[in-house]
Amino acid sequence: MGGFGAILKNELYKTIRRPRSFIGFVVILFICLMLQGAFYHDGKELISFVTQQFESVFNIQGNVLNGNLICFIILQTLIVQMPLLVALVTGDLVSGETASGTLRFLLTRSASRTQIVLAKWLSGLFYTLLLLLLLGIMALFVSHWIFGSGDLMSLNSEGLTVIRADDINWRWGYSFLIAFLSLSVVASLATMLSCIMDNSITPIVTVMAIIIIFTIVGMFDLPSFDVIKPFLFTTHMIAWKNLFEDPVPVNDILFSVGILMVHIVLFLSISVYYFNRKDITT
Amino acid sequence: MQQAIQLNNVSKEFNDFKAVDGISFEVNEGDIYGFLGPNGSGKSTSLRMIMGLIKPTSGEIKLFGLSLADHRREIMQKVGCIIEKPDFYGYLNAKENLTLCARASGIKYTQGQYNDLFQLVGLAGREHDKVKTYSHGMKQRLGLAQTLIHDPSLIILDEPNTGLDPQGIIDLRNLILTLNKERGKTILLSSHILSEVQEICNAMIVINKGKTVVQGNVADLLSHETLHVTLEINNTPHSINTLHTSIYNQHIIKESDQIFQLMLSKNQIPTLISTLTQQGVEIMRIDYRNQLEEYFLKITNA
Repeated sequence: MGGFGAILKNELYKTIRRPRSFIGFVVILFICLMLQGAFYHDGKELISFVTQQFESVFNIQGNVLNGNLICFIILQTLIVQMPLLVALVTGDLVSGETASGTLRFLLTRSASRTQIVLAKWLSGLFYTLLLLLLLGIMALFVSHWIFGSGDLMSLNSEGLTVIRADDINWRWGYSFLIAFLSLSVVASLATMLSCIMDNSITPIVTVMAIIIIFTIVGMFDLPSFDVIKPFLFTTHMIAWKNLFEDPVPVNDILFSVGILMVHIVLFLSISVYYFNRKDITT
Repeated sequence: MQQAIQLNNVSKEFNDFKAVDGISFEVNEGDIYGFLGPNGSGKSTSLRMIMGLIKPTSGEIKLFGLSLADHRREIMQKVGCIIEKPDFYGYLNAKENLTLCARASGIKYTQGQYNDLFQLVGLAGREHDKVKTYSHGMKQRLGLAQTLIHDPSLIILDEPNTGLDPQGIIDLRNLILTLNKERGKTILLSSHILSEVQEICNAMIVINKGKTVVQGNVADLLSHETLHVTLEINNTPHSINTLHTSIYNQHIIKESDQIFQLMLSKNQIPTLISTLTQQGVEIMRIDYRNQLEEYFLKITNA
């Protein structure tokens, strides 16, 4: 009676039926279409302005303003906003039900509290995956359809890297996987705070505050910050960009993946531990 | 007789505040128990502990002879409840809410079963309306449907009358009695409407300040209780003199003009009426406070 599968099915059903869940999809659609529209009209001028400085050194040929570049730009832009969209839904998963009183209904059925938290966490990951899939479809496939394919010119702190079009698909695949892992950390953090707090807004705001503080710490090259930087999950949320370097720094990526996974396990463990001991007084 | 609920010296502390202080009581299977107590007496905390929403600081809770701490899963399969007030997913309709509930309880409902359940609680025809459009009374009815969906042996109802219209209260009373008499359900009913409790319940538990004050059969507990009777007679010297010279004079606790306050047992009231009317006293009004109300106020204010 009331097995984990049934609880998970309920959580997935609620996640996709909640009006709040659609905000993320609308925002992603809007931002992608806005950027694609803007680059379609003004992108050539912008690209020629940027490539001017390299033209004395390189002979740049072909379609620079292509689907790969647009996808790279969109991913770079949205990876900062995506945690907010993820937290908007996952930060409310437990605390929203605590505040509305429906948690009492859930906890007076036969499923254990651990099963309920895990089902909610998985439904949060499912929602995160849906957001990323939409982003992938819009940023990669629609951009390719509008702008065509071509080599990716990636400008980073090390300089200019050109990734050949026939060597890029696997990089996109792994970069979306790392992006999913990064956003799963956010979903896990939001779930943890949602288990601890009893109203639906505070966990969302707290997640954003943590991300902002950690990002600020990561921005400054100060010795005291440098000690903690490697262990902040925000430092590793942009690890996907390493896949667009040549050669790919595999060890750095694996270290980032490890740190992100440790955070997920830590946040989830705290969620389960706390929720199992929580008194439901609302 | 097996006990559906057994609390042994259960306490709950929130920081420095002791909400429940060594409470002990039993609910026998097949009975309808009234669970009474003034506001802040620890009633809700006790019900939440019985349903596993709050963990006791000390003591043991057993349902159907099984420890709640060790056998929660098996126990919850046999228990249905409304704690505080029923809450739902407002963005879903009533049937979708019940489907979630059925799935969480591990049962599959057919359309016919849903129809029967909506009929039973008086929501037929409204099952496809979003719950956010429901009135409080309709939510109470849907809460009952949610409680009954997995056919529990023990039903715990915390203030189920709240928000119900008079017809709803009568329907609920009949439903509780039917569930008990025809389907053998054990019911623990927490309510502040003591007349309702007296009418429905055959046993009761009264708690106050986190402790059990009394537990037992309603009829037995009230059998020796006197009622606070208000009697208004016609304002003539004969009538007033008749009352003062009758055997009821010793029961008068207060009088003002032709209005008298008496303490009587319930079976003394018909005799009082016949005695006075036979001696030509006109009775303008006679009423009394509910016996359970009287008893409840006495033991909780003691």
